[in-house]
Amino acid sequence: MIRKFLRAAIGISVLIAVWQVAVTTGGFNPQLFPPPQKVLSGIHELIVTDMLWDSIVQSMLRFFSGYLSAVVLGMALGMYFGYFKGAWQFANPVAQILRPISPIAWLPFVVLWFGIGDIPAIVIVFIAAFFPVLLNTVSSVSKIDPTYFKLAKNFGLSRLDTFTKIIFPAAFPYIASGLHIAIGTAWVFIVAGEMVGAQSGLGFLIVDTRNNLRIDLLMSTMLIIGLLGLMLDGMVVYLERLIYKKWGAVSG
Amino acid sequence: MYVTVENVSKTYPHHGATFHALNDISLEFERGEFICLLGPSGCGKSTLLNLLAGFERPTLGRVTIDGVVVEAPSPKYVTIFQNYNLLPWRTVQKNVELGLESGNLSKKERQERATRYLDLVGLKAFAKNHPQQLSGGMRQRVAFAGALAVEPEIIFMDEPFGALDALTRMEMQDEFLKLQKQQGTTIVFVTHDIEEAVFLADKVVVMTPNPGKIKRVISVNIGEVRDRTSPDFLAIRDRIFGEFELKQKDRTEYFI
Repeated sequence: MIRKFLRAAIGISVLIAVWQVAVTTGGFNPQLFPPPQKVLSGIHELIVTDMLWDSIVQSMLRFFSGYLSAVVLGMALGMYFGYFKGAWQFANPVAQILRPISPIAWLPFVVLWFGIGDIPAIVIVFIAAFFPVLLNTVSSVSKIDPTYFKLAKNFGLSRLDTFTKIIFPAAFPYIASGLHIAIGTAWVFIVAGEMVGAQSGLGFLIVDTRNNLRIDLLMSTMLIIGLLGLMLDGMVVYLERLIYKKWGAVSG
Repeated sequence: MYVTVENVSKTYPHHGATFHALNDISLEFERGEFICLLGPSGCGKSTLLNLLAGFERPTLGRVTIDGVVVEAPSPKYVTIFQNYNLLPWRTVQKNVELGLESGNLSKKERQERATRYLDLVGLKAFAKNHPQQLSGGMRQRVAFAGALAVEPEIIFMDEPFGALDALTRMEMQDEFLKLQKQQGTTIVFVTHDIEEAVFLADKVVVMTPNPGKIKRVISVNIGEVRDRTSPDFLAIRDRIFGEFELKQKDRTEYFI
């Protein structure tokens, strides 16, 4: 454990050192390529001016609206299509065509429809998260041991009970890995969504700092986005562990 | 007769041809009997069990239980599958309650019933554990408690002891037979183990493959307390070995 942290610390230190050396020996314009301590004091500036906190709250609200609605809808549809395989043969081609379209390609369309505001970023996050959750859920349900379905039939469980008591818990450990993939992807796209479609949030902060030629603040914002992404990932890993603990042997 | 199988055939399409899993078989037995379906793989014993339990329908012929044609599974006839029926995300107690949740028992009645049957199989102390914390034999007992808790008329079992080691397996057979006699449940039990069949069954249904059919039904009339080494036990075991043509013919040559 200590060794792991030590190695992480060394890796980050090397990055900062290389950065510092590049700044001092490279002869770049410090306005365009600020040194590490400038970026750190940038974070401090963002905090004291309240810009950072407001942006984080805005982005998180949009992120979780988009992500959670994608999770709920993706899991519900995924369980339906995973169970009714005939219906999936209709829906699968549609999903396969829509899935490779980058969420960013939807942006102009969404902005024209809904205008600048919360909606574009939420929609982008939704699109980014929806397909991994949907496809992962469908395949999770088809991986369920058929004995479970026989058991449900034998005990005369209603269809609703079969979904809530058998299919959902049996598939959940696999679905959870889809949720994990989706949270990372969705976080990548919240920034794009806010850069184009919003007047607040971390993505907007990126555009705003660039327009003011405050490259130090721009890099501070990038760093914060990275750290928040890491935090979200850690949160999911923690939740996954809790689930695997409860589900035990089924994860194998 | 309580259960009848009348001229049942079951075929599946297989690479363009027709595979005869069961070919024109008939069988009947009474309430409270312990029936073992015995045979090598491919003899259709699991198919027959699935037809009896209502998971599949015969291609020809019909299966009746208590005078009614079997068309779908019912909580009146519970199946215990090879991998124990247990849901790993539920506690032992909750697993035993599963079969009761579709009925009209109150939460309290469900809990009491589950506790009673867990006590019967000697696992009341493990009610709060998860199945993966138990040994194979204990899991099998939980599955059995779950089936008994529904208070079914018949329990179907598909090689339930197949995954257990030899000693645990014999222990389970002893315990299981005791419980069955005590509860009076009708049991249909699939196995490919001749000794297991002779030890447990009132009637051993000897099945052979290609196509699956019943070769003979052998009654095991050696009383309820069975000794795996007694002469009458061995005699029946020998007879079944003979049915499968596994006994060496006597090749002694005599000279005068």
